[in-house]
Amino acid sequence: MTGPVLETVSDPNIIVSIRGVVKSYRRGSQTVAVLEDISLDIQRGEFLALMGPSGSGKSTLLNLIAGIDKVDSGSIIINGADITALDESTLADWRAAHVGFIFQFYNLIPVLTAFENVELPLMLTSLSRRERREHVQAALSLVSLNDRLDHYPSQLSGGQQQRVAIARAVVSDPSILVADEPTGDLDRVSAGEILGLMGRLNSEFGKTIIMVTHDPRAAEKARTIRHLDKGVIVDVYP
Amino acid sequence: MYILKIIIRNTLRHRLRTGLTILGITIAILAFGLLRTIVGLWNVGVERSLATRLVTRNAISLVFSLPISYLDRIRQVPGVKSVSYGNWFGGIYIDEKYFFASEAIEPSSFLELYPEFILEPEQKTAFIRDRKGCIVGRKLASRYGWKPGDLITLKGTIFPGQWEFVLRGIFKGAEKNTEERVLFFHWEYLNETLKKTVPRRADQAGFYLIGITRPDQAAQVSQDVDRIFKNSLAETLTETEKAFQLAFASMTEAIMVVIQIVSYLVIVIIMAVVANTMAMTARERIGEYAIFKAMGFRGGHIAGMVFGESLLITMTGGLLGILLTFPVGQLFGDMLGDYLPSFQVKPLTIWLDIAFALFVGCVAGIIPTLRAVRIRIADGLRRIG
Repeated sequence: MTGPVLETVSDPNIIVSIRGVVKSYRRGSQTVAVLEDISLDIQRGEFLALMGPSGSGKSTLLNLIAGIDKVDSGSIIINGADITALDESTLADWRAAHVGFIFQFYNLIPVLTAFENVELPLMLTSLSRRERREHVQAALSLVSLNDRLDHYPSQLSGGQQQRVAIARAVVSDPSILVADEPTGDLDRVSAGEILGLMGRLNSEFGKTIIMVTHDPRAAEKARTIRHLDKGVIVDVYP
Repeated sequence: MYILKIIIRNTLRHRLRTGLTILGITIAILAFGLLRTIVGLWNVGVERSLATRLVTRNAISLVFSLPISYLDRIRQVPGVKSVSYGNWFGGIYIDEKYFFASEAIEPSSFLELYPEFILEPEQKTAFIRDRKGCIVGRKLASRYGWKPGDLITLKGTIFPGQWEFVLRGIFKGAEKNTEERVLFFHWEYLNETLKKTVPRRADQAGFYLIGITRPDQAAQVSQDVDRIFKNSLAETLTETEKAFQLAFASMTEAIMVVIQIVSYLVIVIIMAVVANTMAMTARERIGEYAIFKAMGFRGGHIAGMVFGESLLITMTGGLLGILLTFPVGQLFGDMLGDYLPSFQVKPLTIWLDIAFALFVGCVAGIIPTLRAVRIRIADGLRRIG
């Protein structure tokens, strides 16, 4: 396993290199295999859609790439760092610096305004208050919500909340954006806006996006689609 | 500061639930403070006792008296500086609900032995000169609007009959805890009346009060006094004033223990209520904590949010409870003043209130904090939706 990893890491165009990843969960006394010997390279600046039926392991794979779940075996090297070897606190710092999250249900903090929600990831940085304000305003401007700074999530529509979530995901300028069913809770128009925005982030700002989706229309916006079934990658549609 | 902002906003998220929890804590702390104050009042007599005062009573029981002839013999005991004597009178003013303490005493020696009862010199002289005279504490005088010269009639319970006294002075206490709801009158007046009405009860003292020079003489003087009256018809039991008061307090010790247990139970109950509130809160927000962790926030941040909210709720309730303890305590004091002297909330009670509010906040926050900190991000995120 070491050979291919080093080879992949040495390629500057590969941002994510997954080798021999195995993941299973315990359900009662049973062990359920979720991912079986997954190996995958993701190019820098890629917009990848992971598709597959429910239970195929696509969200699990996304969680492993995002560093919010642990592999049973195998390695995941992102930007040259093997995140499977990091301890909890180092991994938390790594996530804060390298990953932006976009979730199906937006997952904004309801007691914080749009501005404060977007500012959250910056609270872990050494930026001054003024610098944070500039970053937040720029991020909200990118998603065309600079007129909703003081609105609470409950005062925003689903599409607007997801745009705030995207602003929060990009405000700290992470190298990877992970999106788990980002349009799953949106109407068609809002879903189109969100996908357009993600497309812009990929094409104009060079963000690597890894998106899990059931929706073929959403997957069409990606440059690459990979299918998972029963824990293995079964097909590639370049 | 950011965490504090989140804590405050989270606390205000379910205003009714938070409000009711804070109300519960407020009432618990208030109840704890009041119950502790009541328990403290039971020991106020012990606290104001002097180590240089002894009390001699009938060895069998307080209800039995001692011959007045013991007075001179006690005076002769080495180490005795002064001796006074008296009887518990237990009179009723107008009605039983207007009960207050009343004692027959020998004025000169008693006031010398108890300098904490401060009288104006002219009032002291007037009291000593008038056998039907009496003095009362200023709280008692204030309660009934008495002033010097007023006629006060008590209905005797231990010593039947209508007993009339002329108020000759109003004393104030030298200390905060000095009893100011008591009436003292001449033992001679009681004795002379008994000679006429119930002669067999005359020339008897309910207790002797002995002043000694040094506290270290207490044991020896006590032994010496009791030895004199050994094998007499009325054997004596001499003890320090503190021991005497403790023995008095111990008669109702079981009640006090129950009150103390109840006061602690109140705290335990409210701890369960707050723990339940915090558990519900943490369970509802487990997804949010997972989001924070996903973004890179550490366990310490999450712990600060949950623990901080628990402490904010309990300390707010605790503070309100403490603030209410004073006016409610005052109200209690006014209502129960005839039975409970100087209803004052002690600083120790306030410190205990603060300590318990902190303790409840910490304990109630432990399990929700651990759950929030330990939640796996992927599991937490799955609970959203």
